[in-house]
Amino acid sequence: MTAIVHWLRKPEGRRNVTGYIFIAPFILGFLFWFLVPALTSIWLVFQDWNMISPPDFVGLDNFRRLLSDKLFWQSLKVTTLYTVVSVPLSMVLAFLLALLMNTKVRGITIFRTIYYLPSIVPAVANAVLWAWILNSDFGLLNAFLRSIGLPKFRWLQEPELALPAMILMSLWGLGWAMVIYLAGLQGIPEVFYEAAEIDGAGRWAKLRHVTIPLMSPVIFFNLIMGIIGSFQVFTAGFLITDGGPQNATLFYVLYLYRNAFEYLEMGYAAALAWVLFFIIMGLTLLIFKYIGSLVHYEEPG
Amino acid sequence: MTTSPMKQSIKTRPVIRHLCSGEGWGRALTWLVLVVGAIIMAAPLVWMVSSSLKLEQRVFAFPPQLIPNPIRWANYVDAMTYKPFHIYLKNTLFVVLLREVAVLLTSSFCAYGFARIRFRGRDFWFSVVLATMMVPYVVLMVPSFVIFSRLKWIDTFLPLTVPFFFGGGAFYIFLLRQFFRTIPEELADAARIDGCSEFGIYARIMLPLAKPALTTVAIFTFLDGWNDFMGPLLYLNSPGKFTLAVGLATFRSVMYTRWDLLMAASAAVTLPVIVIFFLAQRYFVRGVVLSGLKG
Repeated sequence: MTAIVHWLRKPEGRRNVTGYIFIAPFILGFLFWFLVPALTSIWLVFQDWNMISPPDFVGLDNFRRLLSDKLFWQSLKVTTLYTVVSVPLSMVLAFLLALLMNTKVRGITIFRTIYYLPSIVPAVANAVLWAWILNSDFGLLNAFLRSIGLPKFRWLQEPELALPAMILMSLWGLGWAMVIYLAGLQGIPEVFYEAAEIDGAGRWAKLRHVTIPLMSPVIFFNLIMGIIGSFQVFTAGFLITDGGPQNATLFYVLYLYRNAFEYLEMGYAAALAWVLFFIIMGLTLLIFKYIGSLVHYEEPG
Repeated sequence: MTTSPMKQSIKTRPVIRHLCSGEGWGRALTWLVLVVGAIIMAAPLVWMVSSSLKLEQRVFAFPPQLIPNPIRWANYVDAMTYKPFHIYLKNTLFVVLLREVAVLLTSSFCAYGFARIRFRGRDFWFSVVLATMMVPYVVLMVPSFVIFSRLKWIDTFLPLTVPFFFGGGAFYIFLLRQFFRTIPEELADAARIDGCSEFGIYARIMLPLAKPALTTVAIFTFLDGWNDFMGPLLYLNSPGKFTLAVGLATFRSVMYTRWDLLMAASAAVTLPVIVIFFLAQRYFVRGVVLSGLKG
């Protein structure tokens, strides 16, 4: 006891106490809203429970069921396909746009604003708007195609077209990535390019040996965040197509949501969530391992 | 850096190149691509506003009219009164304002601890902050629902607000910590010599200096709250408690073909976000950059 009092009198002891008082909200929040749910979730995966009757311990049945669940595989396929196409596509487009914008064009602020605005439109308003744009009879997209002489596409009714339509919709939100790239590009000191020019570097060589290496941490960050976000896409599938047609837009989180809150299969939904967690973690680790080594860091920290 | 003759000669080179090579054409092409891109990006929003001002039947016209004739402002009134949007707005503002208070107070408080006090275990807890940033929210969705229903918090605003009083989210702690570390330590040292406690330094020196960063946090908190759909969808059941996001989604499910009214409601929900963007553009960019480059 006296040892504690003595320790508290010392500046180091006082600093420790003050520090923990400052971060106490985070620690408490971490316990209540992170650790407790995580532990609950571990308990849940072994239960068959509809939140009404008492839970029933079923061991690994929820995971066994996953393997033979066609809709699980469908949702995984849909989400993977969506991610594999939309993330690289929007990254490349955003990067190219940022490059173009960084050439000191006139009206850069206006361009930046126009490209960025779509990415802050509320998700629900965005979904309602795109349901209207993709409307096969009167939507803007088909009106445009018709005006250049192309036929009508039934975007939301054909299983082969629904996912491409969702990807197109996701591209509309590439503005935030573009703004991040642009800020990164503007942060590259002019001297690097001047030095490269003195060494006889052309436009392509400057892009390849100056811009891309210096931008690689930003590109890498956007890739990771893009994949994490893309695997959790929900609102568009939920509001526009309700997973259809023929489960062509049954995104993983939509299927998880249905299991938990429509079929009240809490244990099964928790198992789905853990599988998603491991998929995302696995992908992130793979990317860190294979692409992370290519990332060029100018200075530590 | 001094301006050497060498550097000046480099500065004049682009002009010469511009005249000799096709640089002027390249520039024009760049500009053209950006303009076409901008038209494509702006088209959906323009179309939303345009559809929202049309007569019910005119939205189906081909080719679509850009400027509606006649302009029907009453669509907004019709949409907003068909469902009680004023109640949704009130609920949304209530949730958003509580979140603002929660996030601004507690995230800055935690961030100060991480940024400026050297205590045992600080690095460990900060890595916990970073780790929670990486965990997808979906993973905790189901167990959180179970816990909130145990607490009898379903169909109240508690699940949408109370958790934010605990540091306000790892991202904001991270962002403010980065900012606090840029403020010179000497200011705090001077205050310490005058007998100011760490809490006093936080409240009287750091918070006033952090206004720009706090504004960024406030804007992102507003956007998160205003745009949040999953949270209210899971936790609110009675229509009287709906937020705008959920209200708009239910409006869509009853007004399946009234695109004029649907677009009016969507535009109305989007407008405040766009106004905030224009009022606080530089804070937006700062936030996006902080989130991107220092991640």
